[in-house]
Formats: sequence, C-alpha cells, structure tokens
Amino acid sequence: MNAIVADRPTQAFRAGVGARLAALAILLYALYAIFQLDFSWARFVTGLDNGAKFLGRMFPPDVSKLDILWSGIRESLQIAVLASAAGIIISLPIGLLGARNLMPAGVTWTARALVVLCRSLHPVIVAILFVKAVGFGALAGVLSLMVATVGFIGKLFAEAIEEISAKQVEAVRATGASFMNVILFGVLPQVLPRFVGFSTYQLDSNLRNSTMVGIVGAGGVGGALFAAFQRFDYDFVFTILATIVALVFIGEVLVNAVKKVFHV
Amino acid sequence: MSEAAASMNHSAPLNERLWQRHTLAQKLLRFAVWLVMAAAIVQSLRTIEVIPEFLYDAPEQMGDLLQRMWPIDWAYYADGVHAALVETLHIASLGTLLSMLLAVPFGLLVASNLTRHRMLNAVARLVLVSTRSVNSLIWALLFVAVFGPGPLAGTLAIAFRSIGFVGKLMGEAIEQTPRGPIEALEATGAGKGAQIWYGYWPQIKPAFWSIVLLRWDINVRESAVLGLVGAGGIGMALDTALNLFQWQRVAMVLVAIFAVVVIAEVVVTQVRKRVL
Repeated sequence: MNAIVADRPTQAFRAGVGARLAALAILLYALYAIFQLDFSWARFVTGLDNGAKFLGRMFPPDVSKLDILWSGIRESLQIAVLASAAGIIISLPIGLLGARNLMPAGVTWTARALVVLCRSLHPVIVAILFVKAVGFGALAGVLSLMVATVGFIGKLFAEAIEEISAKQVEAVRATGASFMNVILFGVLPQVLPRFVGFSTYQLDSNLRNSTMVGIVGAGGVGGALFAAFQRFDYDFVFTILATIVALVFIGEVLVNAVKKVFHV
Repeated sequence: MSEAAASMNHSAPLNERLWQRHTLAQKLLRFAVWLVMAAAIVQSLRTIEVIPEFLYDAPEQMGDLLQRMWPIDWAYYADGVHAALVETLHIASLGTLLSMLLAVPFGLLVASNLTRHRMLNAVARLVLVSTRSVNSLIWALLFVAVFGPGPLAGTLAIAFRSIGFVGKLMGEAIEQTPRGPIEALEATGAGKGAQIWYGYWPQIKPAFWSIVLLRWDINVRESAVLGLVGAGGIGMALDTALNLFQWQRVAMVLVAIFAVVVIAEVVVTQVRKRVL
C-alpha cells in the first residue's frame, strides 16, 4: 500500500519555489497596501448600504432631459471624430520620423521623445492644461485627445515600421526610386493594415475618453454627467451612463465593420 | 517603350482578363466608408462650438502657462507630493490585483470554446464592454458617491475599470489555446475544473501575466487623475495646486507623475524581458 503511494507520479504543474515566493510577496504587499490606505471593514459595510440607496435612486432612469443628453453626446462624438482625424494625420509623419530603420538617430530620438511626452500624461490632465490655456469648451477636449492619439499611434506606428521586411524596401530602392517613393511603395504598403488597425482602436478609445474630458470642462457629455452627480440627480446619471455604454458598444460594432471592409 | 507595352497588352490574350484587386462592390463599400468619414469630419467641424479667437491665441496662452510654471517648486515634493505619489501607486497596484480576481470568471465565461453557451458568452461580453466603456474617472465618481472620498473609492474604480480589459484579453487568449491538450484531458474524464487548471491555465499563463502587467502600467497613469474627483492619490495634490493657481507646484506634481509613469514603463519592460 505504502509502496503504491510512494510510486504515485508527482503532481502536474506544481508551482516552483520562485512562483511561490512571488505569490507570497504579492499577498504580503496587498496586505501592507490595504493597511496603508486605511481600508476598514466598517466603512465597506456602510458603503454597501449607501450603494443600495444609490442604486435605488438610479431607478427609474430619468428621460425628461433628453435634449441636454443629446447635445452632450453630439459634442462628445464631434470631439472624438475631430481629435481622431487630426491626431491620425499628425501621427503619420511622426511615426515615420520615429522609425530607427529609416531615419538617423537624431531624428528618431526627437520624434520618440515627443511621443513619450504625449503618452505619459493622462488625457484628463492634458485637458486641464488646455482648458486653462484655451478656455472651457470642446476645443480643449479636441486638443487633449489629439495629444493622446499622437502618443498612441505614433509609438505603435514607429514600432510597426521597424518590423517591416527590408527586402521589399531594398527592391524598391534598387529601381532607383527617390526617398519619397521608397516610403510610398516600399514601406507604407507593408504597414498600412496595421495603421488602420491602430487608428480604429484609437477612434474607439477617443470615443470613450471624449465622454470624460467634460468633467474638467473640456466639452462633451462629461460636463452634464458631472453636474448631475453634484446635484445628486442619480436617475439622470444612470441615463447618461447607459447612453455612453450603448454608444461605445455601437462604436465597437461599427469599427469592426469598417475593419472588415478594409480586411484588417 | 510604353507604346510597345500597350500593344503587347492588346495582342496577348492572357492580358485581356482585367486583374483587379477589389471587386466593384468592395470598391463601392470602401468609397462609402471614406465618404462617411469625410462627412463626419466636415459635419463636426461645422457644428462644434469652437471660438476662433481662442484657437488663434492658444500658442500664446500655452506659452504664458509654461512661463508661470517655471521655476518648478522642487521643495514641494517632500511636503505635499511624496505621500500622495505612494498612495497613487498603492491604488494602482491594489486595483490591478483586485481586477485580476474579478476578471477571471468573466474571462472564462466569454471564451466560446470553454463556455459553450451562447447566452453566458453574451452576458459576459456585455459586462466586459460596460466596465470598459465607463471611464475610470466616472467609476471613481460612482464609488466616491457610495464609499465617500478617499483611496478606497479610487482602488475600486481602478479595479472595476480594469475588469473589461483583463477579461477581454484573457478570453481571447483562452480562445486561441490549441484543442489537443484539452481533448486529451477530456478523454481521461477530467471535469471542467481540472480542464481549466491543467489544460487552459498553463497555456494562457504567460499571456495572462503579460496582460496584468500591461494593465498595471496603464493603471499607474489612470490612478494619477482619480484625485480630481476626490478618490485619493496624487490627483488631489494636483487639484489643490490648480485651484489655488500655484503653477510652480502644479509643475512639480506633473513632473512627479511623468517620472512615475516612465519608471513604471521601464519596470514593466524589464519584468517582461526577465520573467515572461
């Protein structure tokens, strides 16, 4: 009997010492951080009580202020469309300038530093700065989402260009093509599908973010949402949130349809 | 030369077939998409309320803003920034850990090869889309209303916002696992739990940790703004400095956020290189 037990094969996929230590470290960190942030059970329980009341006040959703909702949503859509269009156009040359296999080191460093700067600050923080600089309204929102677009597409586009096959570029170059023609016929055809992919993804995320920049006064439906929160109009809050979710959902479906048309 | 080529085109029967990359329907569809995009841009440009004067002096105003931020108030770091910065990191890390736990069930449910139930897939997908489309700032507003201001609201906001991201990518990773090992397990009579633990998990493990790392990196950025709506972290310091027009302190906070974001990115790249 004992011999059979001893002969049993070891358990499959046993966690190694390293994995166990890492799991322990993560657990200890979580406990430490919870302690540091001063979470308490009592507060959580009172919160649940508040949450129930909160949900109760969300229903039934308020549909009496549809004009405010519609004008906010329309402005959000406009911000998303304009910021995506302008940002995509700007990020095309910046991505090309940032590709190490095409450009000298000095140029790529400048382009990459610009992209890192655009990416590092959250769109809302950028929106605050633009609101202070150009005033309240949709313009600040468009500018801040443009910065985010350049940061995202510029980086991924430069990386995509660095991964292309050099053979096609050499072939175009061997025909005596000018630099512009090498880009147009050797580089862009290889990365265009991925560029369309990044652009549609960014359009999607601009749509999400355009509903938020209004919280700091940069236009769009976020302003109405924040105002409703401050007035405790939770039934209107629910209406706005449901509309945003529906909008993003429709956006996702549309983006997928567009991708299919372009075979990405 | 070109004449010769043209005449060859006419003489050779093979070339009489016109080779086209796209069919007429595809061309029309593509044209329609471009048309709709152009129309959307034109319509947005025409109706959006942008005051042109604001646009013209935007560079000047930005310059003015930067001038007021200089010199950066470095001394403020020890007084007002450091503690808030650490709090931000805690919010981001705890939120990511919590989202990991919350996202797993939905990730399992959304994968159509694991959960063969259309309704469950659709419900999970709806949950994932909703948590992603509500922004972390809006989640933070909700949780501030429920739990009161402070890092608890921020952590929950980060966690709930991340469920969609982690769950969606995890579901996609599960859908891409090869059938072989799963069928082998099924043949031994292994239950669903054993299939997940011994069949799916070892195959999606690297992808899963990579998704979580990526999300942590994003969450470090996102948690920096939660303070604007009272959900704790460095955003509180930013908000205070902004409201008091202390631009040199604002600059200090922005530099701190920038540094943390860059460090987080370096950490993620290194961990990915070494461990995954």
